[in-house]
Amino acid sequence: MIYKNKKIIWIFLFPTILFISLFLYLPFLASLFNSLYDIPNIAGIGKTFIGLKNYIELFEDPIIIDAIKNTLIMMLLTVVFELGLAIVLALLVDSTKVAQKIYRTIFFFPVVISATAIGLMFILFYDYNVGLFNQALVKFGQEPKLWLDEGKALAMISLPVIWQYVGFYFVIILTGIATIPEDIYESAYLEGITGFQKVRYITLPLIKGVIKTCLILVITGSLKVFDLPWTIAPRGMPNQTTYLLGTYQYKTVYEASRVGYGCTIAILIVTIGLVISLAVNKFIKQEEL
Amino acid sequence: METVIKKYKTKNQKAKPLKMKFTLSTVIIHVILMLWGLTTIFPLVWVLNNSFKDREVILSNSFSLTNYANFTFENYITAFTRMNILRSYGNSFIISGTVVLGVMFFGGLAAYILARYKFKGRTFIYGALISAVLFPAFATIVPVFMGLYKVGLVNKHLGVILPQIAGNLPFAIIILIGFMENIPLELEEAAVVEGCGPWQIFNKIVRPISKPAFATVGIFTFLWSYNDLFLQMIVIRKNEYLPICALLNKISSQYGTDYGLMTAAVTLVIIPVLIVYLFLQKYIIKGLTAGAVKG
Repeated sequence: MIYKNKKIIWIFLFPTILFISLFLYLPFLASLFNSLYDIPNIAGIGKTFIGLKNYIELFEDPIIIDAIKNTLIMMLLTVVFELGLAIVLALLVDSTKVAQKIYRTIFFFPVVISATAIGLMFILFYDYNVGLFNQALVKFGQEPKLWLDEGKALAMISLPVIWQYVGFYFVIILTGIATIPEDIYESAYLEGITGFQKVRYITLPLIKGVIKTCLILVITGSLKVFDLPWTIAPRGMPNQTTYLLGTYQYKTVYEASRVGYGCTIAILIVTIGLVISLAVNKFIKQEEL
Repeated sequence: METVIKKYKTKNQKAKPLKMKFTLSTVIIHVILMLWGLTTIFPLVWVLNNSFKDREVILSNSFSLTNYANFTFENYITAFTRMNILRSYGNSFIISGTVVLGVMFFGGLAAYILARYKFKGRTFIYGALISAVLFPAFATIVPVFMGLYKVGLVNKHLGVILPQIAGNLPFAIIILIGFMENIPLELEEAAVVEGCGPWQIFNKIVRPISKPAFATVGIFTFLWSYNDLFLQMIVIRKNEYLPICALLNKISSQYGTDYGLMTAAVTLVIIPVLIVYLFLQKYIIKGLTAGAVKG
């Protein structure tokens, strides 16, 4: 063992521990604490202890129920389409040996753009008069549509979220596939394996760990979505029907100035993320047996 | 259909000595891949194209290519005269640049320890980092804001920088650990024999070898910091300190119906990111694939 000096451990870890505790863990505990108070402003002046009243309100607030439903729908859509497309594209790109780099560069591109810019871009696309979508419809002789009405709004908000992040998971999965040692494939080729069998019996099982990581990232990511929905449909437009937990939390704290209740919603978001991630972890582990 | 496939198969057999295989399936695969590629590029081309048109022209036909007759810089001129865009670029680069340096330095040190040392509490710290990735900013923002307010960092660059360093550290450390764990120990053992201490080993061996991973971490941190509207919006309200994304958000809420201005504003926000991406994307790929090759 060359690594015996234990003093250095804490010196090197100190900045990280300081940052993580000051800006992540302590604030989280403070949020937990604040969720038991009624706090009328963001400076925290004049707060009163109200016990579990905020939590009781969670069950009675109709917008929260909608927000949970919307968030879960978006989560499902992102898991199916974002991760699904990423896996398919990664397998396809891996199977061609040509132009891999170009595809990687192009597919990853939306990831780097700010969600605000993408949000504005999609506002322009959805616009009734000038929008890309309606002008395309008219070109093909169709009637223009109202893209952000109550029926379609949530799907239309999810679309750019999915579109933006496919490339991210695509690159992670493609990298995962690249770590599979070449000789595994070689021996399989000697046994006469087909392309589909290769994917089903070698590639997919070997990148299970990567997919699991991606799954957890997608799920927790869908709970963090804020910039895009807030740009495209601020304040749950239309008619407060498209609130997600994140956007509703922002509105509660910064526009309605109900800071304590906002913290309660934050705790709800973390709880949902934790429960689902643990379930995913357990589910995939069991399958491996 | 079958004959086509047969034709391709025989063609393929004949072409066996050649390296390039040109089968029906590869054609289909490339078509699918190109279609997806089109969806990622076309929207941006549409925006860029329209940013050089008068808003009346966008209104009547947003698909037409800008040509000599209707080309105009008007939208950009409006953007620059109405908003102090250069100052916002400056704010963004001060904030994101500092965040990148902080994350790489602190993250590198922590990752090196967690990758190499076995000690009591290692699993605990590692677990705490992983769960920190799961924390949405919503869960921490209120107390963080109250704290920043108390120490007078609201409306200051540092008020965005510090929480962003904390927010990006867990991801950075996890990526760096993954890379450092795969560096063979021999080099470090040799360095110990030569009498190097932990800092020298880190600085002279681990850090240079891990360059691709650091590049990946640096680029992602820069992008996430530059693009993070939520924190920017909450901590900075004064125009003087507004980073570019927050400014864009402001423009859109004030001039949302001026499509020409909007497309120009979107283009202006995207350009620095585009430059960073096009010049450094080989490091993104290098960083991600080099981790895969397993040194």
